[in-house]
Amino acid sequence: MLEPILNISGLDAHYGDFQALYGLDLHVDEGEVLAIIGANGAGKTTLLRSIAGLMRNGDEQVRYRGRPIGGLRADQIALSGITLVPEGRQLFPSLSVEENLVIGGRVKRSGPWFLNAIYELFPILAERRHQAATSLSGGQQQMVAIGRALMANPDLILFDEISLGLAPIIIKDIYDALPGIVSSGMSAVIVEQDIAKALSVSARVYCLQEGRVSLEGASETVSREDISRAYFGVA
Amino acid sequence: MEWVNAVVQGTLLGGLYALFAAGLSLIFGVMRLVNIAHGDLIVLAAYLGLTTTIALGVDPLLTLVVVVPLMALIGYLLQRFVLNQTLGDDILPPLLVTFGISVIIQNALLEVYSADPQNMDAGALENAGINLGSFAIGVLPLLTFIIAVAVIAALQWTFYRTALGRAFRATSDNQEIAQIMGLNKAHVFALAMALALGVTAIAGVLLGIRTSFDPSIGGGRLIFGFEAVIIGGLGNLWGTLIGGIILGVAQTVGAAINPGWQILAGHLAFLIVLAIRPNGLFPRISG
Repeated sequence: MLEPILNISGLDAHYGDFQALYGLDLHVDEGEVLAIIGANGAGKTTLLRSIAGLMRNGDEQVRYRGRPIGGLRADQIALSGITLVPEGRQLFPSLSVEENLVIGGRVKRSGPWFLNAIYELFPILAERRHQAATSLSGGQQQMVAIGRALMANPDLILFDEISLGLAPIIIKDIYDALPGIVSSGMSAVIVEQDIAKALSVSARVYCLQEGRVSLEGASETVSREDISRAYFGVA
Repeated sequence: MEWVNAVVQGTLLGGLYALFAAGLSLIFGVMRLVNIAHGDLIVLAAYLGLTTTIALGVDPLLTLVVVVPLMALIGYLLQRFVLNQTLGDDILPPLLVTFGISVIIQNALLEVYSADPQNMDAGALENAGINLGSFAIGVLPLLTFIIAVAVIAALQWTFYRTALGRAFRATSDNQEIAQIMGLNKAHVFALAMALALGVTAIAGVLLGIRTSFDPSIGGGRLIFGFEAVIIGGLGNLWGTLIGGIILGVAQTVGAAINPGWQILAGHLAFLIVLAIRPNGLFPRISG
């Protein structure tokens, strides 16, 4: 069996005195789409921030392709091929749509994603390329955020709540684009409140509860009862 | 004609003030750092220019070839190894640390160069003038103004048309996400300070050619720089040029009314703008 692209073992994460993750174990296989679900405050975003290097924890607690990266800075992790589509999009307001995309590509990794490929995936962005990024609608901004991350040609892409605050029709458009994105062999971690959506696009799912893994399984086979127990911690 | 003369001279003087201010404006725009040592760094650049002219026996303007890269290097190291450590949610540490640096620079200059006023000798350039009928403009002030406009245009271009400028803007917008894009903010901030002190070097050498200087005058240059930035509006480089010109014109017009009113008139113009438009005339970012 292939070694996982990402291996997390015994991950503890703290915000000051508050502990958000307790000895979390988790792995992402090469080329797989992994879903992470859980209630608000379960530690999903903290987990993604820890992987991306925005929170630095024990060096050995996060291993990427066998290499310990838990103590690296976010920019070093970005250069090694992990990127994050952050919750709330967080585009650069001073930059145009195109500049937001171009800055995503500054890590200069080779791969299928470049400016025109993004414009083919999301044609509306080509029309709006010279506008300020924050002048777009929420859905279009999310496309920029995804495009910006893809421009780095990552091997592992982390999606944090990409459907949050968007209209259902837009969410459908964005999720329809996902298989095309990951078909190139990219691995993906999707954190999502919409459990049905998360299960439909992923191969495996973890449920977090109060900073611990409460469920792990194949997305096709987990039952609703298992999920609601893992989600809320009640039988 | 006396008033036209005052306005023209003030405008040219404003070019020098804009050069004082451009570095301040740049670093505040990129990293929200208020650099209290800025005036002393201008004076340091003037002394470095003086030392270079004496050591190499070259014209003061030529010393820019040495002083600009040297100040840029000082800026990079200062930001990377000292000032980056002070940046955070609290605005007080960078203020205190740059205040301390200001004191250190002043005393070091005093120790090395003494308190005697110094001057750089630019020969005929210092007194050369262009006759415009009823009054004349100096070649040096005109050259300073042209350099100021060129520097502001170059900074503007760097900021909005280059990858470096994009990195500055992105890091200024959102430090965390800029890191996710592979930008090391410690390096980006250090490059911004290097660029700012490169501009400061130009300001310092031109100041040193124009007037005599001693280690104590940094504070006054800092105030003029601040006033130009605030009048023009935070984060707007062309606004900073306008701010410098308004300050310069206010000073020369004030001096034309009464020679003692030069500095006072500049401060009054600043206070009037602050009272009417607290964010300056052309703000791009909210303070």
